[in-house]
Amino acid sequence: MRSICAILCMVLLPSFSSGQQCTNTLRGVVIDFHDKTPLVGATIQVYGTNKVVLSDFNGEYKIEGLCNGVIEIEVSHPECNSQFITQEIQGDTFKRITLEHHLEELNEVKVIGDLNVDKTNSTQEASLKIETLERHSSGSLGDALKQISGVSALSTGSKIVKPVIQGLNGSRILILNNGVRMQDMEWGDEHAPNIDLNSAGSISVIKGAAALQYGGDAIGGVIVLDQASIPAKDSLYGKTLLNSATNGRGGNVTSELTKSYENGWFMKWQGSYKRFGDSEAPDYVLSNTGISEIGASLSFGKHLFKWGWDGYYSFFKANIGILRASHIGNIDDLINAINSQQPFVINDFTYAINPPRQDVTHHLGKLKYYRRFQGLGKWNVQYDYQLNQRLEYDIRIGDRRDRASLDLELTTHTLTTDFKIDAKSNYNINIGLLFRYQNNFANPDTGVRRLIPDYDKYDFGAFITGEYYVSSSLLLDAGFRYDFNRIDAKKFYQTSRWEERGYDMDFQNFVIDNLGNQLLTNPIFTYHNSSATAGLKYNLGVNSELRFNYALSQRAPNPSELFSDGLHHSAARIELGDLRIQNETSHKIALSLQRKSTNFGYALSPFINTINNFILLEPTGVEFTIRGAFPVWEYRQTNARLVGFDASIYSQWTQNWRSDHRFSLVKGKDMDLDAALINIPAANVNNSLTYYNRKWNDFRISLESLYVFRQNEFPNDITVVSPELNEEVLLKINTAPDAYHLMGIDSEMRFDLSPKNALTVGLVVNNVMNTKYREYLNRQRYFADDLGRNFLVRLKYNY
Amino acid sequence: MMSTLLKQVKMKTSKWMAFLIVGGLVLSSCSSDDDNPAPVNEEEVITTLTVTLTPEGDGTVVTLQSRDLDGDGPNQPVITVSGPLAGNTTYNGRIVLLNETVSPPEDITEEVAEEADEHQFFFTTTGAILDVAYEDADGNGNPLGIEFSFSTLTAGPTTLTITLRHEPKKPNNGTLADAGGETDIAQTFNLLVQ
Repeated sequence: MRSICAILCMVLLPSFSSGQQCTNTLRGVVIDFHDKTPLVGATIQVYGTNKVVLSDFNGEYKIEGLCNGVIEIEVSHPECNSQFITQEIQGDTFKRITLEHHLEELNEVKVIGDLNVDKTNSTQEASLKIETLERHSSGSLGDALKQISGVSALSTGSKIVKPVIQGLNGSRILILNNGVRMQDMEWGDEHAPNIDLNSAGSISVIKGAAALQYGGDAIGGVIVLDQASIPAKDSLYGKTLLNSATNGRGGNVTSELTKSYENGWFMKWQGSYKRFGDSEAPDYVLSNTGISEIGASLSFGKHLFKWGWDGYYSFFKANIGILRASHIGNIDDLINAINSQQPFVINDFTYAINPPRQDVTHHLGKLKYYRRFQGLGKWNVQYDYQLNQRLEYDIRIGDRRDRASLDLELTTHTLTTDFKIDAKSNYNINIGLLFRYQNNFANPDTGVRRLIPDYDKYDFGAFITGEYYVSSSLLLDAGFRYDFNRIDAKKFYQTSRWEERGYDMDFQNFVIDNLGNQLLTNPIFTYHNSSATAGLKYNLGVNSELRFNYALSQRAPNPSELFSDGLHHSAARIELGDLRIQNETSHKIALSLQRKSTNFGYALSPFINTINNFILLEPTGVEFTIRGAFPVWEYRQTNARLVGFDASIYSQWTQNWRSDHRFSLVKGKDMDLDAALINIPAANVNNSLTYYNRKWNDFRISLESLYVFRQNEFPNDITVVSPELNEEVLLKINTAPDAYHLMGIDSEMRFDLSPKNALTVGLVVNNVMNTKYREYLNRQRYFADDLGRNFLVRLKYNY
Repeated sequence: MMSTLLKQVKMKTSKWMAFLIVGGLVLSSCSSDDDNPAPVNEEEVITTLTVTLTPEGDGTVVTLQSRDLDGDGPNQPVITVSGPLAGNTTYNGRIVLLNETVSPPEDITEEVAEEADEHQFFFTTTGAILDVAYEDADGNGNPLGIEFSFSTLTAGPTTLTITLRHEPKKPNNGTLADAGGETDIAQTFNLLVQ
């Protein structure tokens, strides 16, 4: 109460003292917090008086006739939070006022201008603009993200692409789709994000766990997909994109339409369809690599300055063929595949998608409400629902031919709320809570033992983050988050496996039913995770800044790491999780030096990530069955260290010529074994030269070169007994393929058909030289070459 | 001003709590009941390979068996050979495949016979066995191998490796390398001819 009184006194003070001689002038300038540009049309009002002025074109203001003493002024701007400032007047006074834009308003600016909002202040970040996303419209999210230095992909063929950030992937990367954390079984190496790239307006990649508001377990990083925000004015606009490619003999179409009203109502519809047949390597058809994919989304709501709500629904369905030759019977088949360097099945081109294949469906629904409290901040509350269904079809015989071998249904409900106190100019604080319930159902009708069991999972999270502007050039940020996870599973174990793992010694109390050769168990685990971050951003002059960040994050093991158990037919490997796996803890220190100007810019970002109890999956040996021997891949924990460096440089040589250069390197080390970590992306360098001429219908052509070095650091290969040869052989399961160099051309022109309609035509050639290559992080590298040359025509129509 | 603000916050807090409670109810009502999941018995596992070798004329029937009751579990297959083969004898072989994880055991041989054009057994020998001949064929006249025959030489140790391939190239030159496809069974039996 005392502080309220104090404020009231201050407010009242000027009116009491109005009888004194009042001839002082308060003058100053109102500027934007982030880019230091002057703000035009800001309202500056002295509380308790009728003195109101507007800032002029240079952001300057002047209030005359003030008395000596303390006054309170309210500064407001249509695109900013109102701010209350207590100011002492002692003669003529100068006061510089900084205002912070609201994120929503900045996003609106982004539609027109080209401003990317940083999600964090102190950590390494990069983003892709809508133009880049449109250029990758026919690919996947993982393909598009490879445009960012330090981001690579763990893929299964060319259609299943998982993003890798600074060497880490899967559950260590959190994907935020329009404010909703994707729950799409990200634990599997062959599970790609269930997202239609075309539904996003922009994508940001945060290389680390510093964005605690999204989650505390993003040891690898966070990928944020945002919608282009919709201006509050009466309008109707849209666009349609059409891609047609020779490799795969298919293409995609995507279309969106937005209707908005001045009163804040809006509605946006978007839909995509993609269809490709078999892809082709330079020398042969990659049989059974077609895809059919449908994406649709609808968003609607009412956004006002003070409050608003919105709803979002998206649907995604993909039917993805898996290279026929990658489906193998046993270790001899794998040895033969690695030695022959040629897929064992090469059929004529077809659009048919046969087993082995994946059929995944994702539904996402969201409701969000926000309200602003004047002089305090903004409150958000959001509920989201996700239903993820995954069917994997194997090559089976008899009447089981058309039955899935894996049938999982993952249902997630999440409630989140946060309050951001951002009314003060020099600091803001964000606090929030999360409640989540998740259920996994593994359908027993497959006739195949479940790889992932039925489970219920409960999550709770709470965070507080803050930013403090020490001066106009120095910003500090820090945060803390706590997460609780409880997983309650019901899983059948083969009695022989239960005993082989030694679970009968450690976990016998989990057994609830004994069926002879199988045991029904009820493992219940709880995990407590703490994460914290601290960092700074220092502006070095107008165009340059230095960022430093330390992030501590903890991640609980995912269901695959705990419960995996059985033969993965599609991968011909026995995967074994471990109930003893504990949460992993990462300490990441990242530094980033950036310069951005019209003619020249760079970003240099070194990092070191030390992970205790790092969970990894690697080949360890073989197990014999009647089908022969199978490689066994086991999860284990170790202490790991990832050290790396991302660099990007651009230079605008003349008005028409520009060049871009990117390089990234990461080294992963198993500290316990003093050996290399598995699946660490190879160093790569990407150069492009672009010619642009506005006078020739915005003509742009760029020549791109990608050189991927050979990964020389990989774990040792394993020795196995080949039943066919009846001798021990070295299985080169870890050996990395050779380095490769790919060239590409991307060109486009824009034709304005009317003031509101434009047609953009693009021609793209990938792998111009038709180079034969295999990529270390492609899980099908044992079986076939990667993609050959591809011509692609792109049409975009704006209306 | 500040007090109205606080009031606003307070009012919102109560709404907020209501939302949380409703949310909590939604979440808890979604919790699954305590029903236990149904067990899955692997349907297409081949646990047992039995080869009956019947000599032409008089003689003892020899049985070879590989049995792996936990399928892809950690236990190795148990291999049994009933006795030695007789020298200078022609044997007629017959293969039976069973899935013994289900009760009664399922005869997988029937499925293989029904889809004969997509399967083929391959026989690799060393030592005192002459080449194995196919005694059956699929609908296209290509070898299948559920029934086969071979002759023994005088005496000595020998091995017989039986491999079942799914979707091999058919016809092929009889070698595994040429046939391709995926391996459903691969078992080597160490035998003695006396």
